[in-house]
Amino acid sequence: MKKFLFLILILLSLNLSAQVDNQSQSVQDKDVPTMADKMRESGKIYVVVGVVAILFTGFMVYLITTDRKIKKLEREMDDVEEKLNRK
Amino acid sequence: MVRLLNRNWWKYAGIALVFYTIIAGFLIEAPKLDILNESIRNLFFHVAIWFAMFILLILSLVYSIKYLNNSKRVNDILASEFARIGIVFGLIGISTGSMWARFTWGAWWVNDPKLNATSIALLIYLAYIVLRSSIENEEQKGRISAVYNIFAFAALIPLVFILPRLTDSLHPGNGGNPGFSSYDLDNRLRMVFYPAVLAWSAMGLWLSSHRIRLKLLNEKINELEQH
Repeated sequence: MKKFLFLILILLSLNLSAQVDNQSQSVQDKDVPTMADKMRESGKIYVVVGVVAILFTGFMVYLITTDRKIKKLEREMDDVEEKLNRK
Repeated sequence: MVRLLNRNWWKYAGIALVFYTIIAGFLIEAPKLDILNESIRNLFFHVAIWFAMFILLILSLVYSIKYLNNSKRVNDILASEFARIGIVFGLIGISTGSMWARFTWGAWWVNDPKLNATSIALLIYLAYIVLRSSIENEEQKGRISAVYNIFAFAALIPLVFILPRLTDSLHPGNGGNPGFSSYDLDNRLRMVFYPAVLAWSAMGLWLSSHRIRLKLLNEKINELEQH
């Protein structure tokens, strides 16, 4: 009996919540915060994406080239070690 | 870890994730919020980079503890390089945050508990770098800086995560402000945010790996010269 009551109470409490209900407040056309919709409509957003992508491509190229140089050094080091160990 | 740093697969994955972050970051639809407007997208940069810093500093701590355990030079090198790049990411986090603040709070810097506490935490880590350069003997350097690293991390946690939440703060997630996770970070943003954390962490690991591998090469040269 107690368990049944407990379950009922839990079920009833499921519709309680402490968070503010945002739905009722947000969608009033006058109050919607301005976003960059015009930028998106005119395609300018792609300029933003493109510029940042170019910057990061440059950064990636730097990382990859440095990585290759270090790999070359490591290979040379292994060769030197081998030669010295043979002697 | 050194073997992992030499592999390439996670580097390419990191590149893909960075480009996903950039492209999706600007193109997905963001929740419309007052004051923030489009700048909520900074979540994928500012917040993700702080997360990446945290991951790097945890790695640094782990290798500091390992060094105290077995005194292998490689652990000391790993600890110091992860800490260095962690600091760099922390500075990037502060500058991106400052920029965000300028356009949302109206000032480049405010006298705020979160901002002050994170600056202090970064200064503590900068002191770790200074400490290392002030000791000549390699073994002593490794041991003293490893102990300091543990204390620095132990200071980082309460400073960055606990202290600001105990008082009033402008910064989201602290003292009276809902964190972005409560109603702003909807599932659309999460889809770019989590990959972004992985992306910047991969970049941090990559940058550290270069310094670590170069230092290990130096060690080998010294070793060979001694013979």
